[in-house]
Amino acid sequence: MNPSGLFTQLFAVTVSVLIAPLFSGWVMQCRAWLSNRTAPPIWLPYWRLRKLFHKDAVLAHTATPLFRAVPYILFGVMVAAAAIIPSLSTDLPFASAADAIALVGLFALGRVFIALAGMDIGTAFGSMGSRREMMVGFLAEPALLMVLFTSSLITGSTLLPTIAEALQSRALGIHASLAFAGVAFVMVLLAENARIPVDNPTTHLELTMIHEAMVLEYSARHLALIEWASSLKLFNYACIGFALFLPWGMANRADGVLWLLPALPPLVLKLAVAGFAVGLIETLSAKLRIFRAPEFLATAFLLAVLGLLVRLMLGD
Amino acid sequence: MDPLGLLPAALGVVAAWVTIGLAGMLAPRSTRWVAHGLFPLGAVGSALMAGVGLAALLMPATSMVLPVGLPGLPMHLRLDALSGFFLFLLGASSVGISVFAAGYFRSGEGTAPGLLGLQYHVFLAAMCMVMLAADAYTFMVAWEVMALASYFLVVSQHRIAEIRSAGFTYLLLAHLGAIALLLCFGVMMQGGGNGLTFAAMRLDHLSLAWSSLAFGLATVGFGAKAGLVPLHIWLPEAHPAAPSPVSALMSGVMLKTALYGLLRVSFDLLHAPVWWWGVPLLVLGLFGGLFGVLFAAVQSDMKRLLAYSSIENIAIAFAAMGLALVFHGVGMPVLAALALAAMLYHLLNHAFFKSLLFLATGSVLHATRQRSLGHLGGLLRRMPWVGWTALVGTLAIAGLPPLNGFVAEWLLLQAFLFTPRIPEPFFNMLIPLGAAVLVLTAALAAYVMVKFYGVIFLGNHREAQLEHAHDAGWLERFGLVWLAAGCVLLGILPGLVLQMIDHVNVSLLGQALAQSGNWAWLVPMSAQRAAYNPIVVLAAGLLVIAITVWGTHRLYTGRTRRADPWDCGSPDQTARMQDTAEGFGQPIRRLFEPFFQTHVELPAPSDIAPRYRVAVVDRFWAQVYTPLGNAVLWLAQQVGRIQQGRIAIYLLYSFMTLLVLLMVVVR
Repeated sequence: MNPSGLFTQLFAVTVSVLIAPLFSGWVMQCRAWLSNRTAPPIWLPYWRLRKLFHKDAVLAHTATPLFRAVPYILFGVMVAAAAIIPSLSTDLPFASAADAIALVGLFALGRVFIALAGMDIGTAFGSMGSRREMMVGFLAEPALLMVLFTSSLITGSTLLPTIAEALQSRALGIHASLAFAGVAFVMVLLAENARIPVDNPTTHLELTMIHEAMVLEYSARHLALIEWASSLKLFNYACIGFALFLPWGMANRADGVLWLLPALPPLVLKLAVAGFAVGLIETLSAKLRIFRAPEFLATAFLLAVLGLLVRLMLGD
Repeated sequence: MDPLGLLPAALGVVAAWVTIGLAGMLAPRSTRWVAHGLFPLGAVGSALMAGVGLAALLMPATSMVLPVGLPGLPMHLRLDALSGFFLFLLGASSVGISVFAAGYFRSGEGTAPGLLGLQYHVFLAAMCMVMLAADAYTFMVAWEVMALASYFLVVSQHRIAEIRSAGFTYLLLAHLGAIALLLCFGVMMQGGGNGLTFAAMRLDHLSLAWSSLAFGLATVGFGAKAGLVPLHIWLPEAHPAAPSPVSALMSGVMLKTALYGLLRVSFDLLHAPVWWWGVPLLVLGLFGGLFGVLFAAVQSDMKRLLAYSSIENIAIAFAAMGLALVFHGVGMPVLAALALAAMLYHLLNHAFFKSLLFLATGSVLHATRQRSLGHLGGLLRRMPWVGWTALVGTLAIAGLPPLNGFVAEWLLLQAFLFTPRIPEPFFNMLIPLGAAVLVLTAALAAYVMVKFYGVIFLGNHREAQLEHAHDAGWLERFGLVWLAAGCVLLGILPGLVLQMIDHVNVSLLGQALAQSGNWAWLVPMSAQRAAYNPIVVLAAGLLVIAITVWGTHRLYTGRTRRADPWDCGSPDQTARMQDTAEGFGQPIRRLFEPFFQTHVELPAPSDIAPRYRVAVVDRFWAQVYTPLGNAVLWLAQQVGRIQQGRIAIYLLYSFMTLLVLLMVVVR
């Protein structure tokens, strides 16, 4: 492990952790503009985190140590995932310890822990949210894996930096299989990050929520960590998307540490466009009934499998 | 040949187990003598057996002929890498099970403890003999002893009619399987000579048709023991019926003897596998995996849930073996080694986490007298030892990093990613579908395990008497901690475990993995292709968590207040408002409606004491087994017509038979 790789790794992770709430704030702003509302300041997520961190935590009498540990575990999982996913550079020494399958495993670990935390207090909404989260998860996880498989079949590797490098070095041609995978990936991104066609965390009805229903009992620093982890998750998903479908502009292994700075503007640009796209999709679509959500995700799963089939049959 | 005397040592442990069992009969009613005295001794035997197995993995094969057995057919025994691996699996997991059992068995529950101890240790000994046998006769004797010992263990609460019928189903399928195995050995013995020994079978070269027939019979025979769908129906009946340590032993270890047998027959004895032999295993395995996990999702009895989850896990092992056969058949030995390693890894994992979870249900059962998920809840606070170790098992079986379940899943998915290189276009087309089914099954397994753990251990007590539930005793704790530690170690030292498994690959396929990593790295092909290092992942995760904890408490107030649950402001909370097992499984039941046969009973609006009841029935009972049973009954009735109950008519039958025989002889 060379020092420059180590620096790149630390720098990339720090940048991810710090700008993830900004990305969430940007999506929020886009949504507000698109629906003709006055947009909140883009710094709102930071203010909210600061406010939450300064409060005293309230825990239910029935909470076990598991309940208190979950926010930290969830945050740790998302930071570890950010260390695997190439955002600024593909020179990530840590990424060789965990490939795309391990990444999906990490996401699953986070999901299982938060679902368990939702059941821990023993409230009606908490366990309902856990059940729904697992229902969304069991369809979204295979779809995500299939998307990753398609690109790893094209590039011959399951390591995300290697995939990104291999796709980067190709001409600007579009793989038909990656087109299918891309659509499937966007659907998974929406579902996994509690976005509108599947979930709406900001409604006033707890009954219709998935993600928020699980974390209703959290407060103060615990809630802050969970929210930070959620925005980091959205950021991570966006970066997976960039690595698979838009890998241009990243520094790579041959470049030195100084190349990290020129890699920042393309990332910000991509994030801005992606955030706007997510906001647009959310504004244009209506929230699905809970039992329509599996159909939405099954479509994503089928599209991802179709992408894999196209790759295998037509070699494209 | 055998400088360490491994084979005699293994036999010594087997003999010691039988002796321990018999010693229990000296005072069959004394729990102290049998449980606290003899079971720990049995655990020492298990530890020795694990050591023998590990040593045998590294040593060349040794064999031995015992001067007992049929006239002219002494018992042949052989200890090679494959047997060594399975002996290690048996020994290492049964240490935990036996120590747990020492604290678990009490008097006054069905069979006397002494008899139970005898059956238990004979069961262990018979499983070892299955793995040591090197001729068909010894194998079948050990196989049948194993089946009978486990049958008696299943029906230890024989006063309950349901348990008797569960035992009957088990015995019936065990014997159907045994018949198939006898026929299989019969086919393989055609070579003549001293054909009963495995050595002779290995030398025979059967034609493709005959060897395929033998393989098919072996699949049926071993599949019946392993619970391969559609021969699985005994499993969800027998596992809940048996006492928990027995369920653990049956699910954690006995199911593996079947896979051992199938590996022995297909890779060792019929040493020329054809690629399409793998296809039925792959199809049955993938279907069975989905089937098992879907049924596990809708169970409301905790042990039945685990039994269906065993069906799933074993089916995935079958799928991995199918993949290994395909690769081996098309001449890709390195990939065959990868798939085989995934299968063996998965079996080792399953021995640990499934035993752990069955033992945890045993402790819950003792503490609460409840098996139904609908009456449990909130036990993590009352039973911390059981709860936290069960959490390790839950995360492991859900296939989450950095625990052991994930490693096997990772290896198997890597193997699937290599299949497009197979020169069979049609098969290639089906592979993505197979991979899709596999990942769907794995994701559903996480769903099932969240339900299992959440409903039992988290939330509030659903019944008032759970307030008095007590934690497991120290012997039981040792067993649980042992198995949980196994799950963690197998998870974070994958390179080391793979090096061990690789000896089996070399002995069965003549090919090692292309593993280029050291003890901590998992690099099955090349570092560019794929790599995984759980220690680094775990260390990085823990480091981040430590920094976060430090930062939050250092930079911000760390004060915590306790209050009643908020629950969106609803003041009247009762434990009945939590999600039940049925509720948690409801999305699966609705989404996969065609898969199930469901009976839902909804209360009328005017009902004063409304009850909601839902039952999910295994379609295989209604659509395969009941018609089959009816057909047998019908046939029996037809045959019954010639039974008139009159001596004269029976004499006529005898006379006619004689006449026909004479005609044959005279010609």
